[in-house]
Amino acid sequence: MNFDFSEEQTMIKDSVARFVRDEYDIDTRRKIINSEEGISREFWNTFAELGWLSVPFAEEYGGFGGTVEDIAVVMEELGKGIVVEPYVSTVVTFGGLLAASTNNSLKEAVIPSIIDGSCLGSFAFLERQSRYEIADVVTTAVAADGGYVINGEKTVVVHGGTANKFIVTARSSGEQFDAEGVSLFMVDAAAEGVSLKSYQTMDGQRAATVQFDNVRVTDDQLLNSLGQGMQLIDHVMPQILVALSAEALGIMSTLNAITVDYSKTRQQFGTPIGSFQVLQHRMVDTFIACEQTKSMLYRGLCQANEYAANPDAGNAEFLKSVHALKATIAKSGKLIGEEAIQLHGGIGMTDELNIGHFVKRLMTINVSFGNGDFHQKKFNQLNYSA
Amino acid sequence: MDINFSAEDLAFRDEVRDFFAREFDAELAQQLSATQGGDYKSAIVSWQKKLHAKGWIAPGWPKEYGGTGWTVTQKFIYETERGAAGIPDVVPFGLKMVAPVIYTFGTEEQKAHFLPRILSSDDWWCQGYSEPGAGSDLAALSTTAEYAGDNYIVNGRKIWTTFAQYADWIFCLVRTSKEMRKQQGISFLLIDMETPGVTVKPIVSIDGKHSLNEVHFEDVLVPRENLIGEQDKGWTYAKALLAHERTGMAEVADSKRMLSKLKQRAAEEVNGGTAMINDPVFQMRLSDIEMELMALEYTELRVFASMAGGGMPGPESSLLKIKGTEITQAIQELQLQLAAEYGGALQGDLSNQELGHDYAAEARSKYMYGRAATIYGGSNEVQRNVIAKAVLGL
Repeated sequence: MNFDFSEEQTMIKDSVARFVRDEYDIDTRRKIINSEEGISREFWNTFAELGWLSVPFAEEYGGFGGTVEDIAVVMEELGKGIVVEPYVSTVVTFGGLLAASTNNSLKEAVIPSIIDGSCLGSFAFLERQSRYEIADVVTTAVAADGGYVINGEKTVVVHGGTANKFIVTARSSGEQFDAEGVSLFMVDAAAEGVSLKSYQTMDGQRAATVQFDNVRVTDDQLLNSLGQGMQLIDHVMPQILVALSAEALGIMSTLNAITVDYSKTRQQFGTPIGSFQVLQHRMVDTFIACEQTKSMLYRGLCQANEYAANPDAGNAEFLKSVHALKATIAKSGKLIGEEAIQLHGGIGMTDELNIGHFVKRLMTINVSFGNGDFHQKKFNQLNYSA
Repeated sequence: MDINFSAEDLAFRDEVRDFFAREFDAELAQQLSATQGGDYKSAIVSWQKKLHAKGWIAPGWPKEYGGTGWTVTQKFIYETERGAAGIPDVVPFGLKMVAPVIYTFGTEEQKAHFLPRILSSDDWWCQGYSEPGAGSDLAALSTTAEYAGDNYIVNGRKIWTTFAQYADWIFCLVRTSKEMRKQQGISFLLIDMETPGVTVKPIVSIDGKHSLNEVHFEDVLVPRENLIGEQDKGWTYAKALLAHERTGMAEVADSKRMLSKLKQRAAEEVNGGTAMINDPVFQMRLSDIEMELMALEYTELRVFASMAGGGMPGPESSLLKIKGTEITQAIQELQLQLAAEYGGALQGDLSNQELGHDYAAEARSKYMYGRAATIYGGSNEVQRNVIAKAVLGL
């Protein structure tokens, strides 16, 4: 038994950490989020050159053939710099859904372009009414002329404005809330009938409302069999949640480190505020929360490995761990974020200081793909019933 | 990352499981569930003698003194299986507290005399640290030992002495010099409870039971050969022992078993036609605890894995006592909530049938006595001070 990273993982980890430390300070980040596209194409190309974009993809498509654990290694370090480039939306989510799909020709065509950095993608699933229930889909896909016509609107499509392609949930059969009948299509952002409005989100990233107005797609653009999209989403969701959680852990440990350092230098009443016991105990509690979160992440990773090694045994333990992980991220993220602001005092309220930006990314992660309460409820449903 | 044990370790786990299943029988379990009283002493001693006969009584000791020679992994597996099986830990005062001090700092004569009797559970030990004026601030103790002739003359009071009423020996921190800084001038003495001038006074705790005591010393003569190490250096020895106590694991296996029992009971308790386990609010309370415990399990594994790898435990080891005790208390609290009105009923001589409920009395006393967990072994506030200083550098 061990919780060590492999040599390869340590190399990737060091490489991402070096980038964050040397290239991605808070002023650089500020320039990027205020730029027209809200991301740095130059840095994205760097990520491609360093091989980070290839991590989860199979070797037959030019990928690194990595595991959930490898993704977590990258994400934790990206979190320490609150990197806004669309790693989660393009590589983990869009790429993850594509890679797990049964459409081999689509994989052959698109995955290499994700890896070389030329294709940005986003998962367009949210609708005005749907909140965290991904199966709540009223966007329609109606069969026509050997293909389908998609009509509907998707909201808060993360980095939708820069995406070249979308994976879209559309209902091909069934009622609004049915899991059965949700289909996944890959749609070109430039396709006729696709239009969008882009905006900033509180964490410095971008999102868009995307309209699909009589968008024509062919069978070739279908990711799984018709109506079986939810199975694919359910299969990929745990690794998306783990990736976001690893990013959150990187943010939390950074917030704690910055806050402890600040408390050692900030003088009040003639002494560093870190000498006050009431503040010490609060920082100990945030330290404990962070370590417990790390343990929960490691639990998720170990359970992912177990499931990968022995898929026939089912993924119940993995799912249980992942729901618990996302719920834990919500609780410890709130504690650590709020304490970081409070312990900094007035300066913690300023946009100029980095603290608030870390906190806002934590808050956004909390509401991505289900908040803490949502996942705790899922956890309860899986584990408690008589 | 790899969460699996080796085939050898799994074989060892099976051996431990088999032994526990065979030797820890229902009668013993029943007697030990009393947790105190005369039955408790004879039951725990008979269990410890079984462990001694098997050679498993002191996994923490060096092999030359009677330890098992187990690897870190084997020790971890043993503890986990013990907790999972609901078997109480050995009484720690002799085996886990004074013995390491004796085999580390004691004379050959002390080792030869005391260690075998600790291993065989023929001597029952208690701990004489805390005093009415010295709790978490242990070094403030004022029990004195004056050196005269070949003896120390001990005067003072020790308090919160668990199971002193059963004890043959007490190990004490006593002040032998008032000249020095308060951590210095303290000595480590072993005192026979039969010595004239030693009196044990019971303290009834808030669970209505008697496990705690005051121990009074009035001109008690203690032979010089019962001094551990050098005079005035006792604090150093005690600190080494406290570190031993604090790196103890978080009793995750025990908590997992308690939680599973709690879930089973929640499935049986029905409120307005709905089993409590299906009540959404109760479910949230339950999963608040269960998720913390799932994380703590991996914190414990992380600590264990770094020690098994030959390294020192990382900073995460410092949170084990705080989180472990908080979670235990949270489970006890929810158990008491589950017992509803019965939680407040003092069962007295009533049978469960007459009372109308089967676990309420236990739930109440566990909750009440459970409050001690965040006080003893360095209160959780003191633990936070330690982390602030040692880990955060504040």
